[in-house]
Amino acid sequence: MASEDTEAVQPLVPYLKTDASGPYLAGSKCQACGHLFVGERRVCAKCSARDQMSPVRLAERGRLYDFTVVHRSFPGVDTPFVDAIVDLEDGAHLKGTLLEVEPDPEKIAFDMPVKIVYREAVPVGGGGKPYLTYFFVPA
Amino acid sequence: MSDVYIVGIDMIRFGRFPERTVPGLAAEAALMALDDAGLGIRDVQALYCGNLGQASGMVGQRMLAEIGQTGIPVTNVANACATGATAFRDAWMSIKAGVYDIVLAVGVEQMGKGLLGGSGGVSTEGLIGSGTMPAMFSHIGMEHTRKYGTTFEQFAKVSVKNHFHSTLNPKSMYRRETPLPEVMNAEMIAYPNTKLMCSVNVDGSAAAVLVSERKMKQLGLSARAIRVRASEMSSSPFEERQLAMPDFSAVTRVAAKNAYERAGLGADAIDLVELHDCFATAEIVHYENLGLCADGEAGRLIDSGATQLGGRIPVNVSGGLLSKGHPLGATGIANIYEVSTHLRGEAGQRQVEGARIGLTHVVGGGPGMGAACAIHVLEKA
Repeated sequence: MASEDTEAVQPLVPYLKTDASGPYLAGSKCQACGHLFVGERRVCAKCSARDQMSPVRLAERGRLYDFTVVHRSFPGVDTPFVDAIVDLEDGAHLKGTLLEVEPDPEKIAFDMPVKIVYREAVPVGGGGKPYLTYFFVPA
Repeated sequence: MSDVYIVGIDMIRFGRFPERTVPGLAAEAALMALDDAGLGIRDVQALYCGNLGQASGMVGQRMLAEIGQTGIPVTNVANACATGATAFRDAWMSIKAGVYDIVLAVGVEQMGKGLLGGSGGVSTEGLIGSGTMPAMFSHIGMEHTRKYGTTFEQFAKVSVKNHFHSTLNPKSMYRRETPLPEVMNAEMIAYPNTKLMCSVNVDGSAAAVLVSERKMKQLGLSARAIRVRASEMSSSPFEERQLAMPDFSAVTRVAAKNAYERAGLGADAIDLVELHDCFATAEIVHYENLGLCADGEAGRLIDSGATQLGGRIPVNVSGGLLSKGHPLGATGIANIYEVSTHLRGEAGQRQVEGARIGLTHVVGGGPGMGAACAIHVLEKA
C-alpha cells in the first residue's frame, strides 16, 4: 500500500519520533522509581517494576557529562567527530554526536550547555539514503 | 567444601596465525596444559571451551576431534571478553559441585586486525556518537578525568609500563619498549587513547586442567598446584548512565567485593594482578574498582610506579592486553596462566618475588549489550 509515510525520511533510531509538532525523542518514565529511560519499554531495569512506564517526550537541553574525540572509526565514517554523553534537563542520559565545536579536547568543557537539533544525514550502510537523526550543538 | 586446584596450565605465544584453525589453536594449548599436569585427554571428564568468533561452531568438539574423541560432555562458552574466564569458572563449578574430578578449560580466538564490530546494516556511527570499543573505553577515561583530573600522560604511562613488562615475557605478541613520547605521539584513535594505548588483536589460546582436592592428592600433584581461592562473576548491575555509556566499573566492583569476601582477604593481601587493560584508560579505572587504591588515587598510583614490576602491587607484568595481546576468548585463561606461573615461582625475568596470592580480572561487553566480569583469586597450594 503506497502512503505518504513510505515517502518520508525515516528516523535513524526508533526512539526518534515525529508528530504534528515535529520530531522529538521518546522516553519512558517509571512511575514506581522515577527513572527516566530513553526509548520505549515495559519493565524498569532499575527497580524491575512491570507496566509502570509512562511515555514522555525527552528534554531538548542538557549539559555535557562526558565526551571523546573519535579519530578512527569504521570505513566510510567521517572523522574526527565528538562522541558526547549528555545529561538532559529532565534527568535522562543520551549519547550523540556534538557538532559546532572544534574536535579538540582542550576546547570542550565538561558541563557545557547543549541542545538537541534534528537534521537529516546520510548514514554508512544505508545505500546513500538520508535519514532523520539528532545532534547536540552548544546552547 | 573442598577446594579446586589448577594442576596444569599453559598458553601458546600470542601472535597472528591466519594459516591455523581455531580448533587447532585450542588443541595446542590443551595438550600443553595436559603435559604440564602430566595427564592425558583420556583422564579428562569434561571440557569447557571458550570462543567468541565461532560461538556457534562447536569449537570444543572440533578440538577433541584433533586430540581424542573420548565422548566427554563439552560445553561451548561465549561471554564477550570474559569468555575464557567463564569457561574456567564453569569447569571450577563442575568440580565444586562434586560432579567431576578432572576437567579441562580452554580459551581460544583467531582475530582480524583493526577495529572490532561495525558490520552490516544502516549504521549510527558518527551520527549518534561512536560504537567503537576505543570510544567506549575513552569515555571511561574521560569520566575519570572529569571526576579526578586524570591526565592524558597518566593514561599513557600505563602503556609504557605494560610494554616494558612484555619485554620480559617470551609469550607476548610484542616485546618492545614504548617510551612515553612514542605512546603519546602515536596515532590518536579516540582521545585520550592513542594506537599504542589500545590492546592488540591477536590469535591465541590458553588452557587449564582443574582437579578436585581428592584427585590432586591421589595423583600426587600438589607440588605445583594452585588453589582457586575465589571464582566470581557478575553481570551489569543497574547504573544511572548505562544506556548512554556501557558500564565496566560497577560490574567489576560487584565481582571484586564478592571475590575478596569469598577468599576471606582484602586487596592488601594480593601480591600481583592481571587486570583487563583492553585500553590504557581501563587499567586506571580498574585500580580503583579492584581496591588497589582509594577512589581518585589511580593517577597517583601509576605515577608512583607501584604497579610496575618491583613496586608495591605489580599489575600486568605479562605485558597485559596492551602488549601481550588480547585474543578475546583466550584472555581470561591466559591471565590465570600468568598469575599461576608467578605463584609457582616459574616466571623467570619477570617473576614477582615471593608472590603467594594473585588476582585475575576480565570484563567485557559492548554498546547496548551490558557487561560480564570474572575475577579469580589464586594461591600457591
